[in-house]
Formats: sequence, structure tokens, C-alpha cells
Amino acid sequence: MSEPLYARPTSVAEALELRAAHPDWMLLAGGTDLLVDSNHRKVPVGMLDLWRLAALGGIRQRDAAIEIGAGTTWLEIERHPLVRVGFLPLAEAAREIGARQIQARGTIGGNIGTSSPVGDSLPVLLALDAEIEVASVRGSRRVPYRDYCVGYRKTALAADELIIAVHLPTPVASTRMVWRKVGTRKAQSISKVMGAATMVLDGGTVVSARIGMGAVADRPIRLTAVEQAVVGLSLLQAAEAARAAVPAAIAPISDIRSTSDYRRAVAANLVARFFAV
Amino acid sequence: MKIEMNVNGAARVVEASPYRRLLDVLREDLRLTGTKEGCGEGECGACTVSLDGETVNSCLVAVAQCHGRTVKTVEGLAAQQGDKEILHAVQTALVRCGGAQCGICTPGIAMCAADIVERELLHDQDLQQARVMVRELLAGNICRCTGYQLIVDAVIEAASEVGLQRRERASRRTP
Repeated sequence: MSEPLYARPTSVAEALELRAAHPDWMLLAGGTDLLVDSNHRKVPVGMLDLWRLAALGGIRQRDAAIEIGAGTTWLEIERHPLVRVGFLPLAEAAREIGARQIQARGTIGGNIGTSSPVGDSLPVLLALDAEIEVASVRGSRRVPYRDYCVGYRKTALAADELIIAVHLPTPVASTRMVWRKVGTRKAQSISKVMGAATMVLDGGTVVSARIGMGAVADRPIRLTAVEQAVVGLSLLQAAEAARAAVPAAIAPISDIRSTSDYRRAVAANLVARFFAV
Repeated sequence: MKIEMNVNGAARVVEASPYRRLLDVLREDLRLTGTKEGCGEGECGACTVSLDGETVNSCLVAVAQCHGRTVKTVEGLAAQQGDKEILHAVQTALVRCGGAQCGICTPGIAMCAADIVERELLHDQDLQQARVMVRELLAGNICRCTGYQLIVDAVIEAASEVGLQRRERASRRTP
């Protein structure tokens, strides 16, 4: 077994240079996904270690948005006042990702980088209309998360790019935000179905809604047909309309965790409850 | 590559492939076999160690990532007084309460329990809230023997003991 190469850059500029030179290296942060069962996986040719790269950390207010560095851990996200006050579903999702040992190492950039259909933060990013800031030696750009994941674990990230930060626009004041995960046990479980929604309400009427769901398709998806079906309805009507519209809006698989029928039924109930509570 | 890290208060140098797991380097190279492997997938918590002050699964850490960092294993929980070893409050509480049976999960539980006690995460909680909190904080540590009740008892005993000692020390300092 040949030994992989290893680099731990100390600046974003250095990280981007290394990435451009070694697009085949493993991009490693907390390792909670990439190093699972690592003794039985193919050894990477190299490792670009982004863990605790200072410029990729921290949560900041930026005009009408907050910016979360890609290297921010779930523990940091769950505790941060800007997240807890303005973006509670993200804090709730962070608290349900693995358990404390995972939350201390897993990063939001890692969840986005892998973009697994069961990545717990990803439906929240969809519901909050997050933008992903990526960069390379060629420059930087922003991609809305709804365009970022383009297939089963496939993303719009180019071979020489790194994920730098997540930008979450501050929702208007009357926005209701909800999150729910369904798993086998309360903690440390891989989701059977999970979702998040934001809805703008006028009195008891739904003005607009964004619904993100995970583990119901080959990638995290927005339920745009359901979003359109609930506009103009009272919350109770919206719950029933959503329950009826969800099954056709998703394409869940059967696997060791659940059958597709089960996932359809649970997803419909879960989204209905987002409106009915 | 050459990896220098502080392990249980001592500077250690190992020559290891950067991709090797911290867990394996601790057990095989440094002969610190208190840290156990359960699942190797970050689910069970048996391999929990403290890395730069945070409890983590050592099966999910590449050893190169530990270069220049501080690791504490279950072997580092007890304090050394001369040639005597004074067990950590959570270790004596686990023994006293019967919070250990087969022992595979125990080192990981002890590391997480010590983190809870030292950070005073249960401070100002009533007993019922404290029990709920301990269960959430130990959710990443799977035990197939005890049924968890006696482990939760032990963490709460250790937390109140350490809290009491701290308050006593504080009251002695302010006459």
C-alpha cells in the first residue's frame, strides 16, 4: 500500500492552488462521512485537509443574509445565536445529525460536498433558498443549492473548486419555518424521510411556501408542485392539499431502511403536519 | 509521515501513513488499548477520545489530522499522584453504580461522561432534565448490556460530586 500524500493548507489561496494541482485528492474536513469504514475502502492518492482552516470557519451577518463558513461544525451551528434566532430549522437539523461526537467533527460543507439524498441539512438549505459559494484559482461564484445537487451524489462543483461558504437570506418577518426528521431511533439514525419548509403567511392564509425533502428521491429535492398547490389556502386546507399532492411529487426508493410505499405515506403526513400544526 | 501529537499530556511522535485511523495508531503504535473498536463507522462510540477538547470517534479521524493537536484517551482520565493513580469521578461512579458490564463501551462512555461533568453541562438542571440531557449527550455511545439506567445514574452522581467539590473549593476561597 503506497502512502497517500497529505497537505494541510493555512489559507484559502493555498487550498485553491493545491486543489487546482491535485483535483484527484480527497477533500477532507471532519471525516464523519468519508472515513466511515475507511480500513475497507480504497486508499486515496492524496488528502487535502481543510479541517479548522480558519478562513472556512465562523458564522457572520452579511446585510440581509447570514454566511456560514463551509468548515463550521454542527455543534457550532446548533449553538450559534444567529442560527437559533433566525434559522431554527438548521439548528434543529444540526442537533439531529449523528450524535455529539459526529456533531463535533461533521461540517456543513461536508454535507453539501457529498450531497447524499439523506444529508440532513440539505432539505433545510432548499427550504431556506441557500446559496453555495464556491471558489477556484479562476475565481468564485455562487450557486443556489437547488441547482447545486444535479443527481445521485453528483454536484455542480468543478474539479478545481472548493466549497467556501453557505449564504442564507433572512426570511421576511411573517415566515414560519419547520423541520422534521423520521428515523429508526431518536438519535444517531440515518433518516428514513426528512424535510423542512418555510412559509409566508398572511393571517391564516399561505402566501407562498418552499418545501425541501430528503430521502425521497435520488437527491434532496424541492416539492414545487406541492408548493404551488398550497398557495392561497388556509393552513388546514393547505395541510390536506399537501397530503394529496406529496406522493406524486416524490420518487422514493425501497432499501434496507424503508419501502417506497412507507416513505410516500410518511412524507405526505410529514408535509401535511408542517401546515396543520 | 511523521506525526507529532500530545497524547495524555505527553509529546508523542509516530511514523504512520496519514490515512490511518487515529484509533489504530493509538492501539497499535502507542499501545493504548483502552480505546476500543466497536463498529468502525462512527455509530457506536466505543472508540471515543477527546481531540482538542471535543469528544470524537477516533475511527473517523485520519491520524495526519492529529499532527500538532491534543488527544486524550481513557488512559489519561485518571490523575497520577506520585505512584498512585486516582480515578476520575466518572470512573469511580461507573464502578459504584454498576454502570459497566462487558466493558467494550465503557471507555467511550467514560470519555463522554467526563466531558459532561467537566463542562458542567448538567449545572442548574433538575434531576429529570439532567437525566434527559445525559441520554441525549450519550446518544452516540451504544451499550448492549446495561440498559443505560445505571450509566445515567453514574454520570449524574459524578456530576453532582464534582459540582459539590467545586462549590466547596470556591467557598473556601471566599471567607
